[in-house]
Amino acid sequence: MSEPISLPILELIAGVLIVIGAIFSLLASLGILRFPDVYSRMHAASKAGTLGSGLMLLAIAVLAVDLAVVTRAMAGAVFFLLTAPVSSHLLARAAYFVGYEPWEGTVRDDLQDRYSGEGEGIRCESTPPVAKITSL
Amino acid sequence: MSAGEQFLNGAIILALAILSLSFALIIVRIVRGPTLPDRVLALDMLVAVGIGFIAVIAVKTRSFVYLDIAIALGLVGFLATVAFARFILKRGRHKHADYGNEAERPAQEEGTSS
Repeated sequence: MSEPISLPILELIAGVLIVIGAIFSLLASLGILRFPDVYSRMHAASKAGTLGSGLMLLAIAVLAVDLAVVTRAMAGAVFFLLTAPVSSHLLARAAYFVGYEPWEGTVRDDLQDRYSGEGEGIRCESTPPVAKITSL
Repeated sequence: MSAGEQFLNGAIILALAILSLSFALIIVRIVRGPTLPDRVLALDMLVAVGIGFIAVIAVKTRSFVYLDIAIALGLVGFLATVAFARFILKRGRHKHADYGNEAERPAQEEGTSS
């Protein structure tokens, strides 16, 4: 009880956060392995994976008593929360434009008639719906 | 060693085991992944699991300089995924580049019995 770093409650919280983050990472990688197509794999990786690594960074923030370390850990977690949707969206956009189809059991595809998707995708200059959808 | 440190050591070992398992699963997807976006996505997830590894090692050794490495690795992974997305967009879809394709388009499966 003499100094705050020896309080067992901090180590308890940090250990729980680490294990929960690792379990989320395991679930994300299981989703990457088991889901049928790129888009649903992306759904698993970008949400559960970001939450997993963010929770493990928050464990550092809990365990460190230094304010600079806490600030950097929080900034890192926020950074991952911001960049993971952006990179996922870019990858899904590129894959859909180029013509990687969703799984054949997909229930609903709102962009089905909007793009050509015939191997060239957005690079086709002769597809007017592309200009329509990009102006939305 | 206090009870809190014992619990934290057990949690660190458990987390390292779980992260190693998820690493192996992602590598299976990278090797097996039928298309290029699958592999890019799995590499992105591999970077996320690597950040988790770095965070666990930082907690284990109590040297929080590892945090900067984790943030830099996240930045590099983000930029690599963006660059790969641009590359996929520019490359188009090559028919023979995605061998062993699980998600082959149905119009091409006329002669095959899948």
